[in-house]
Amino acid sequence: MTTAQVALNRVGVASGRLNGPLAGLVALVAAYLVIAVGAGAQAQDQFINALTIGAVYALIALGYTMVYGIIELINFAHGEIFMCGSFVSWWLLTSLGFSGAIRNLPLLAVILVLAFAVSMVAMGTVGVVIERFAYRRLRNAPRLAPLITAIGVSFILQNIVIVGISNSIVTTPQIIPNDRLEMGPIAINSINLFVIVLAVVLMVALQVFVGRTRLGRAMRATAIDRDAAKLMGVDINQTIALTFFIGSGLAGAAGVVQGLYFGVTVFNIGFQAGLKAFTAAVLGGIGNTTGAAVGGFVIGFIEVITSVFGYGRWSEAVVFSALVLVLVFRPTGILGQRLGDRA
Amino acid sequence: MSGLTAVKQRPGGGFRELRQRFADLRGRHQSLTSIVGLAIVAAVLPLVVLLPPLNGFGIQKDWVGSFANAGVFVLLAIGLNVVVGLAGLLDLGYAAFFAIGAYTFAYGASGFTGVHIPFWLMLPVGAVVAALFGLALGAPTLRLRGDYLAIVTLGFGEIVPVVFLNADTYTKGTNGITGLDQPNLYGAFGIHGFGFTNPWPYYFTVIIIIAIAFVLLHRLQDSRLGRAWVAIREDELAAASMGINTVTTKLLAFAIGASTSGLAGVFSASKLAIVSPDQFGFTVSFTALAMVVLGGMGSTWSVAAGAFIVYELQSQGLKQLDTFVRGLHIAPFALGPLSINLNTFEFLNFQYLLYGLALVLMMLFRPEGLFPSRTRKRELHAADELDPDEDPEETGLGEAPGAGQILNEDGTAARGMGEGR
Repeated sequence: MTTAQVALNRVGVASGRLNGPLAGLVALVAAYLVIAVGAGAQAQDQFINALTIGAVYALIALGYTMVYGIIELINFAHGEIFMCGSFVSWWLLTSLGFSGAIRNLPLLAVILVLAFAVSMVAMGTVGVVIERFAYRRLRNAPRLAPLITAIGVSFILQNIVIVGISNSIVTTPQIIPNDRLEMGPIAINSINLFVIVLAVVLMVALQVFVGRTRLGRAMRATAIDRDAAKLMGVDINQTIALTFFIGSGLAGAAGVVQGLYFGVTVFNIGFQAGLKAFTAAVLGGIGNTTGAAVGGFVIGFIEVITSVFGYGRWSEAVVFSALVLVLVFRPTGILGQRLGDRA
Repeated sequence: MSGLTAVKQRPGGGFRELRQRFADLRGRHQSLTSIVGLAIVAAVLPLVVLLPPLNGFGIQKDWVGSFANAGVFVLLAIGLNVVVGLAGLLDLGYAAFFAIGAYTFAYGASGFTGVHIPFWLMLPVGAVVAALFGLALGAPTLRLRGDYLAIVTLGFGEIVPVVFLNADTYTKGTNGITGLDQPNLYGAFGIHGFGFTNPWPYYFTVIIIIAIAFVLLHRLQDSRLGRAWVAIREDELAAASMGINTVTTKLLAFAIGASTSGLAGVFSASKLAIVSPDQFGFTVSFTALAMVVLGGMGSTWSVAAGAFIVYELQSQGLKQLDTFVRGLHIAPFALGPLSINLNTFEFLNFQYLLYGLALVLMMLFRPEGLFPSRTRKRELHAADELDPDEDPEETGLGEAPGAGQILNEDGTAARGMGEGR
């Protein structure tokens, strides 16, 4: 290899590293302009709204993509876990006696931490239990079998909520005060800021966990080659359970956000949110955690853009068309690589 | 299934021999068996309900009406069986084709469009339109791996009712299209329009439609195409290397399954005389899937029996359970944190919970279904006989890699209902 080639390579690598963030920035600016055309003066609010919704989808999509990455199963029950998470936080907040915004900042912080911790741990546990009883036995079974159980589990969860809690819309306390924070030219509602920051923190934490820790390495090894990982001393069952715990926990966090941001929850939100989040995971290249996060935001923008142009009720159709188009023309997703080649 | 296996004489008494000869006959004349079998079923069912305890649940006319409704689900289930049971493709948006069949009938035979094509002509039209939509959805997506297909069909099943709901200029939105034409016999057997009060004509019509579907599906199942479906289900790679065009074969399974659903849609729309988007939600697809899995994937008779029993349990059984339990007047009691009042309890609310449980338990413990065909049972449990010591936790479904099985490179058995890997 000549020096020139090495230099070229370096440039290539460098631009490769830059390409992602740069393309993301360009896409964000483009999305803002499109929203501005549709929403006019409310462009900024709608842009932040898209980021917020996108953050929720991204959190759910992470669970899909992690589970798919490690056992190649579309966990249809994942959307329902998100829904159950929203009910857990509803139950916690109402049984603690809250009904509106909490003005006392330290109290608010404690309650938020409590709500997220309870919902995430509860949903993580539910995910582990589901994996243990519904999927583990079928790990080497024909493909159709775990998919059918997954659908079954999703119906079980949904109907437990219908029968046990409510079959209509439930109002959840929006405990975060709806203050408008002005930072120079940018105005943002406190809840939006909170959701976006929270999602980013959780995603970074996940990246660090998967990329830097021993357990994270075990997860990656299991995803790449389960048998080889086993030979290297990785406890496969424990690793897969951990993956379900983290993925479901993130969906639980998204469930809390659903309640805080929209103020309502209902037994059937999991189905469509799950479908959209799965689309997000596919958009980003399934099995790829960064991709899932990016995909979530893309879906958020698609949804907001369709609604600012007055086609809100068609947003599902648009998202679904996006799913089919991506699967047909770029099954490896926007960011590609990883398990996409097996599609 | 085939006549070949039945020719082998087995030792046994006269009854066994008779059974053997009957099986032989059945194997050779499948179409005739289907027609005669369904005719017997059609004749016996209305009589059975005159006997206790069934006559306590309702009068014969109500039962016949519920049988006619069950027929819709039988059609859905045997069509879905082609896709899921034979070709091993998980179609979670099956209700979409049901909706397309129903709306096709609404456009072809109602005052809404002013077109009044007879029901009997609309049956094949509905089937063809549904099949075309099946092709349109399948063509881009069937190249993908099985689980992507599941999610795409799930999305499709979700979107089709949304389209019918939102495109209200053409579909009247939530209200749906009302006043659809009735099937009409133009005076044959003294019947003109079928009307709403008499369930008998609908009952016989659906039996005839089912019989036709049965014959066609049986013939398909034992044709080159049917064997290609099973080959793809067992191992797509091996099937492809044997020269099967997997995409075309899967597309045909998809289209044929969709066309059966379209037939069911036309019949159901004509019986209800109304189509609206809320009739075609995901619960319909899910119910059909539960019926297929409970009955026994891969066998038309099993699936039909599964659909019939599940429908009757749901429409008659659960309702009766409510009345029965209320009749007992049990005082409300507490079970841990839950307070239970059986007098206001509606067991029908548990319908989908039960289906969900049934799906999970069936897949874990009895993947061949409640009424499996002998072939299927042997396929799925071959390993038990060969190697009973194998740990079921390791192999799932009790399938140990055994003699004559194809192995994947990771050593797991590459056979069963899915694509193998």
